[in-house]
Amino acid sequence: MTAAVETVRGAGAQAALLPDGRLHLQEGPIDLVIGAEGAGEAVRRAYTSAARRFGGLLAGLVGELPGLRAWLGDTPPIFADPVAGRMLAATWPHRARGLSPMAAVAGAVADAVLAATMEEPGLAKAWVNDGGDIAFHLTPGTTMRVALVPDPAVARAVGTVAVDAASPVRGVATSGAGGRSFSLGIADSVTVLAGSAAAADAAATLIADAVDVDDPSIARRPARELDPDTDLGDRPVTVSVGPLAPGAIAAALDAGEAVARAMIEEGTIAAACLVLRGEARTIGITPAGAIGNEEREGQGWNRGSASW
Amino acid sequence: MTAPATGPGGPGGPVDRTAKYGAAEGDGLVRCDACPVLCRIKPGRAGACGRYANEAGALVRTDPLVLSERAAQEGRAMVPFAPEAEDWDGRVVRGAETFVTGIGSGTTYPDYKPAPFIVGSTFEGVDTVTVVTEGIFSYCGVKVKIDTDRHLGPERAVITADGEPVGHVTTAEYGSQMLSIGGVRHLTGGGKREGRVTCDTLLALCNREPVELAIDGGSHVVVRAGAAPVVDGEPEARMRVGCGSATIGMFARQWLGHVDEVVVVDDHITGVLTEHQAGRCLDMPPAGIRVRGRRSTPGRYFRVAEPGSGWGGTDVTDPLTILERVDPETAWPGLRLLMVSTTGQDALYCVLDEALRPVPAEMPAPVAAVVDRIGENCEPALCSVLFMAGAGGSLRAGVTENPVRLTRSVKDKLTRVTMGGAPTYVWPGGGIMVMVDVERLPAHAFGHVPTPALVAPIEFTMAAEAYRALGGHADHVVRLDDLMGEVGGAARREAWHGDNPWPLTPLRRGAGADGGGEAS
Repeated sequence: MTAAVETVRGAGAQAALLPDGRLHLQEGPIDLVIGAEGAGEAVRRAYTSAARRFGGLLAGLVGELPGLRAWLGDTPPIFADPVAGRMLAATWPHRARGLSPMAAVAGAVADAVLAATMEEPGLAKAWVNDGGDIAFHLTPGTTMRVALVPDPAVARAVGTVAVDAASPVRGVATSGAGGRSFSLGIADSVTVLAGSAAAADAAATLIADAVDVDDPSIARRPARELDPDTDLGDRPVTVSVGPLAPGAIAAALDAGEAVARAMIEEGTIAAACLVLRGEARTIGITPAGAIGNEEREGQGWNRGSASW
Repeated sequence: MTAPATGPGGPGGPVDRTAKYGAAEGDGLVRCDACPVLCRIKPGRAGACGRYANEAGALVRTDPLVLSERAAQEGRAMVPFAPEAEDWDGRVVRGAETFVTGIGSGTTYPDYKPAPFIVGSTFEGVDTVTVVTEGIFSYCGVKVKIDTDRHLGPERAVITADGEPVGHVTTAEYGSQMLSIGGVRHLTGGGKREGRVTCDTLLALCNREPVELAIDGGSHVVVRAGAAPVVDGEPEARMRVGCGSATIGMFARQWLGHVDEVVVVDDHITGVLTEHQAGRCLDMPPAGIRVRGRRSTPGRYFRVAEPGSGWGGTDVTDPLTILERVDPETAWPGLRLLMVSTTGQDALYCVLDEALRPVPAEMPAPVAAVVDRIGENCEPALCSVLFMAGAGGSLRAGVTENPVRLTRSVKDKLTRVTMGGAPTYVWPGGGIMVMVDVERLPAHAFGHVPTPALVAPIEFTMAAEAYRALGGHADHVVRLDDLMGEVGGAARREAWHGDNPWPLTPLRRGAGADGGGEAS
């Protein structure tokens, strides 16, 4: 029931049904909140599948950790664990940009658990939220509405994106300097829509790294000084960002936008939203009926250079 | 914000779990075994989960449930923490009375209702119930009292932290400057970064960490609850004994016969002894020394100089500059003049020469003794921080199905409100609006959520009968012993803060200020 109780019981996956009917799965650093819609017993059975898939998931990943933390080179590494395989598949197309499969870990976990729920035939819709990186399953006639919150520190949605079953988008992920992972850049947030949560996760990480500028107000430290086991080695990660001139904000967003546009060209992502100090850029193609900007409010999104 | 400096295992510090859940790896690095990831955590950092952290080389839980314990019998000495003792079970005193605080009781999923713990225990023959939770407060802030005579900045000036507005300068009070930091408009009503920086600032202040604040048109102040304020790089030492006029009044008789004139330099009111009522009552002859500024009443002057970090909170570094003139009709050669600040930190003794010019001279011992006495009567300058928040609807719903009854029970002094076991002052009027001195809570009692909002422990204690009467979740009451059995090993145990009244002491109806909230 509480953190204190979990501690007593020590290691091991925890599953709990939240009062509103969602399922909460937790082990170590993984916190998943899972929702589903469907007829009859479908939801309950989907939750059972998800919980079963979750058991041992972390242990499987941990077994591959040394390989997952290594920067990708010319030869793809071989992983036995299926979640590690998802991470490799999502990061491999970006290997020239410099990253390890760990860039997709949260999204890949969400995809893997979502896949387990999708085995349930009566399910109309399901989603797995892994700390903000969301994988979702849609059937014809259903829509996934994603509220876009550019800054995790302020729970204020500046718009929502609706994704229907016809769209190829099945994942959304957000990365930024304020998140739990290290960032090489200074973005407040980069949200990406892609074909899977793992693909969105890897792309959001890279775009957030690219939102950057040389400015004396930005403090950086070698990642290894903060975490000895980081996949980033001695690369300088952002520790804090002070006041930024408007020109610096625009320059940093330009750099991130260039990477996002390249990814859209390559077909690895569908759309991206970059936010830095209240300035937002939305970049993405708009396949008719697939991804549309339904609602717009607030300052940031209206200033975007492109529509969803 | 930096990691707190408290050493692990010491009184008030979290319990070192290195041996149980991890291993030290040298260079302060700790490996956490709580889950298969086996994070190696650097000092001051948290593991991948954010639940375990390395504090000064020890693995600690970032949000353990805190149990406060006091010796079972009055007068029984507290046993100091001795984690190195082999048979030590982590408890301060065996058989100690235990109060479960809200710290670490759980807020991860605020949907949880009723409140995380509803604990039943018996105290002095009365069944009591304590509802323990952590509140998430968007409507919250701190009131900071900075003991200083220095001019920190104009009233209503904006206070910034890390370049973002986080509060404002409010009233100047006796020997102190009040600041208001936080509040919902900075937390969620302003820019995104403003909210985050405000939240960080509040969290650090509440957890008694130092925070640097910049006042528009004023000073930079480093504020830390319980520590001396540092104004523009200089630590403040003493509160002034009073304004210049009050200082004259307090020490006039002690100066009589040793000096002919005293000017007490102060940013608010500068006092001149022989013009002042106190000097007149002692039949002191007028000395003819005129100071600058605007005369308020005889012997009391406003604005003898500009505010600053010199003598008595003015910008004066050479006190003779505030002397406008020496009246040759009244003054006389050989006149003994003392100039002193309201803290006694600055003093100058002069004798007028034949041309009636003040010439610095060695201060006679009886005069120096009074200057020292001014200093002795100044209390040490400190920063004090009161957390203020309102316990809103959802929090109350964790206590009772009928939330307004909890409010009424608090107002009727049937329910005592504590935060981390510390007594609170409950504001009159609507709602449950509380203030608490952050120095009376256990270490690391406050947390935050990304909303942004602060997370603070809050406990409601009442007689079991009163709990049933207000529609409490009586089915969810756990016996203290059962709770201890379940979470006791994982909980952090702290010695009871000696100044705090024991929250389980039964409340008496009509007990006045000692009831729902005791202000002390």
